[in-house]
Amino acid sequence: MRDKRASTRVMAAGTAVKPITAEAAEEITAQEFARVVETHRPQIFRFLLASTRDIDLAETLTQECFLKAHRNWAHFRGDSSAMTWLMRIAINLQKDHWRNRRLQFWRHTQSNGVDLDEASEWLPSGERTAEQQILAREQVATVWKAVRGLSERQRTVFLLRYVEDQELSDIALSTGLSEGTVKAHLSRALQKVRTELGGKR
Amino acid sequence: MSSHEEIKAGNRAADPDWAGDSVLEQALGNFRQSVHAWSDAAYSRPRTAMQIVTGRGWRFAVGWALGCVLISGSLAGGLYERHHLRALAQVKAEQEAKQRQLAIQPRTGSGDEDLLAAVDTDISRTVPAAMEPLAQLMESSEDQ
Repeated sequence: MRDKRASTRVMAAGTAVKPITAEAAEEITAQEFARVVETHRPQIFRFLLASTRDIDLAETLTQECFLKAHRNWAHFRGDSSAMTWLMRIAINLQKDHWRNRRLQFWRHTQSNGVDLDEASEWLPSGERTAEQQILAREQVATVWKAVRGLSERQRTVFLLRYVEDQELSDIALSTGLSEGTVKAHLSRALQKVRTELGGKR
Repeated sequence: MSSHEEIKAGNRAADPDWAGDSVLEQALGNFRQSVHAWSDAAYSRPRTAMQIVTGRGWRFAVGWALGCVLISGSLAGGLYERHHLRALAQVKAEQEAKQRQLAIQPRTGSGDEDLLAAVDTDISRTVPAAMEPLAQLMESSEDQ
């Protein structure tokens, strides 16, 4: 666990070497945060992009997420991993965004969200044949369709599990749900995906 | 397959909802790859800020124009005010000079003579014209 309040560097033997000045501590903190941003930004962006299907919105929410994280970085005690902590902020921001949008439904808000077909176009070519590519696109489009029909929590849990490859315990920490609830949401989400795929088979 | 991928595959296999459905597994794998590819492309796309720059330039120009109008208006107003005050002061000075001249003028001329002449004209009496025919009659009777 990281102790950000430590003001002295301690050797292995436990003897204090030299005190760190406030400026140096700030510099270290800034460097640490820069590393965190560099490491986790693409993943946070990916999750928000998959959740919103809107590149501009995902970028805005990612910026907000790291801005919020920067403001609260001093309060981050390291109880969970930085990724889990950041993901929690991102999930809350996303929730706030949809809530505000629902409340402000009378406002004309321009959405840059792409449709499902466009989202399904993205697929690494790899060594697939044209037929396999078409089949893969169809499957991706079907999964997107199922994801669109999921509730907010189901979608979040589903994306964290099957796009971000997160463990159930991490998902539980990020979403603030118990592991049992996460499993239940995941099971329902998978059932819907399976049903949707079943219709296509 | 890398060790990371092996762990992921192991996790998926351990998932009770996942096991035994190859189509679902394939679909979820494709979905994951698709989202990753899309996200990577979107994340590394070149950002163009043409619209924002144009908007800013336009606003900047309008700001400058308004600033120039305000400054030139203030200067013109100040100059006009100064000119106007100067003209008023000049007119006032002229009037004061004229009054001063008028006040000084009666004292400098032949004041006493003028005053007497004025009094003479005021108090002098002319012979009433109505008595003139009678006087003429008297003159003619004396002749006869």
